[in-house]
Amino acid sequence: MQDSEELVFLSFSSRPSRLKLLRCVLRDAADMAGLDGDTTDAVVLAVNEACMNIIQHGYDMQPDGRIEVRVSREPGALVLQLRDYAQRVDPGTVRSRALDDIRPGGLGVHLIASLMDESGFLESPSGGGNLFQMKKFIAG
Amino acid sequence: MAFPVEDKQGFQVVLLNGEVDLSRSPDARKVILKSLKKMRNVLVDLSAVEYIDSSGVASLVEGFQYARSNNLEFGLVGVSEAAMNVLRLARLDQVFPVYASLEERLAADA
Repeated sequence: MQDSEELVFLSFSSRPSRLKLLRCVLRDAADMAGLDGDTTDAVVLAVNEACMNIIQHGYDMQPDGRIEVRVSREPGALVLQLRDYAQRVDPGTVRSRALDDIRPGGLGVHLIASLMDESGFLESPSGGGNLFQMKKFIAG
Repeated sequence: MAFPVEDKQGFQVVLLNGEVDLSRSPDARKVILKSLKKMRNVLVDLSAVEYIDSSGVASLVEGFQYARSNNLEFGLVGVSEAAMNVLRLARLDQVFPVYASLEERLAADA
């Protein structure tokens, strides 16, 4: 029996307008995986936030970067892997702002941690860039 | 303009709608700050917002802060469930003044 089944693989440029396409596909993939509405909303928001971080911080809003999103299902979890080709991120420098420090920005990391059951950078892929993985546990 | 603004009983009412994400939040920010820079009190109507991410929330926070430092009123009205879920996650639902509807806020002055 296969441990992990790929549902969809997306590759798109680092343009903010592409996030809408990403969300549409993610919704359908989550539906295919049997997630309920609230869990789907959580996954869509978390992946959107992680891709925004890549666009804003990894590629500094330049539209010619590449982002790859792989959605797969493994027993008990939906797995989201995000690959970029930006400068390598030092995971120690990625942190949420304190929530009582009310200011614009810095919320994405907090939202991802709140919405997903696991998240973090995997070993840097060969060829540079970053590989970020998130998991949402699902019943069945 | 993507986000209309209406004049209601002395307030500038900014109507956000649809998906307020990284491609549209710069417009939301611009509209909110433009209204505040007229030194007018601002209410942001979120009843037609189907999706908002942290960039959209950041534009609300920026408006809130600008209003606070200029002694202006800034509030959210008719917050949709989708928007409220994100505000709760960001623990901002207790930070912004939130009214069930535009009518509720306007009636408070009557």
